[in-house]
Amino acid sequence: MMFSAAALAVLAALGLTVVRALQGPTVFDRVLAGNYVGVGAILLLALVGFITDRPEFLDIGILYGLLNIISTLAVLKYWRYGDLSHGGDEEPPST
Amino acid sequence: MIDAAVTGLSWILLAAGAFYFFVGALGLVRMPDVFTRMHAGSVGDTAGAGLMLAGMMVVAGFSLVSVKLIVILVIILFTSPIATHALAQAALHAGVEPLLAGKGSRGSAGSKPPASKKPASKSRRRAPSRKAKEATR
Repeated sequence: MMFSAAALAVLAALGLTVVRALQGPTVFDRVLAGNYVGVGAILLLALVGFITDRPEFLDIGILYGLLNIISTLAVLKYWRYGDLSHGGDEEPPST
Repeated sequence: MIDAAVTGLSWILLAAGAFYFFVGALGLVRMPDVFTRMHAGSVGDTAGAGLMLAGMMVVAGFSLVSVKLIVILVIILFTSPIATHALAQAALHAGVEPLLAGKGSRGSAGSKPPASKKPASKSRRRAPSRKAKEATR
């Protein structure tokens, strides 16, 4: 019961976050909203694991937490350099 | 007795965590600027996620589930500031001006750099307005 209520609150918050991700004026707003959706997905996975009494969902939550930071940094680096394998010590020739 | 205490404590922690997470999402929508949105979102990342995971830990007790919850909490607490810092640096580099930059007496360091400042940081701060417009897609 209480886990379901918390899951509903997290779902409502994720709805607001998706609004920001869709209308965000810059790409950084979208990346920030994506990061927030990732944290919300971790919480939702843990809550679903408690609702259905299957604690294996927590392992998926750990995996999502590790993927979240990687994806955020990858998107930011790709946006800045246009190349994921860029060394980052000099400016790219395009800018 | 113990059961009622555990249930009540986890109710309180889960409700507080859900409140903070919702407030963070609300700030993400309502705030006027990228940097203020980061400020609002970090509330949900730390207080919201921390309190909700603490509430689940109270229910789980001393078990492997609690250990996994602690691992998730540590991952979130370490990676969320890293992501926010990288995001702020990338936004500044792309030329997104903070909304209140240069207003007031304390924030004037960015708008009026002293003469001894390195020219690299000045050009980095000022030049890429074209790229800032480009980022608006």
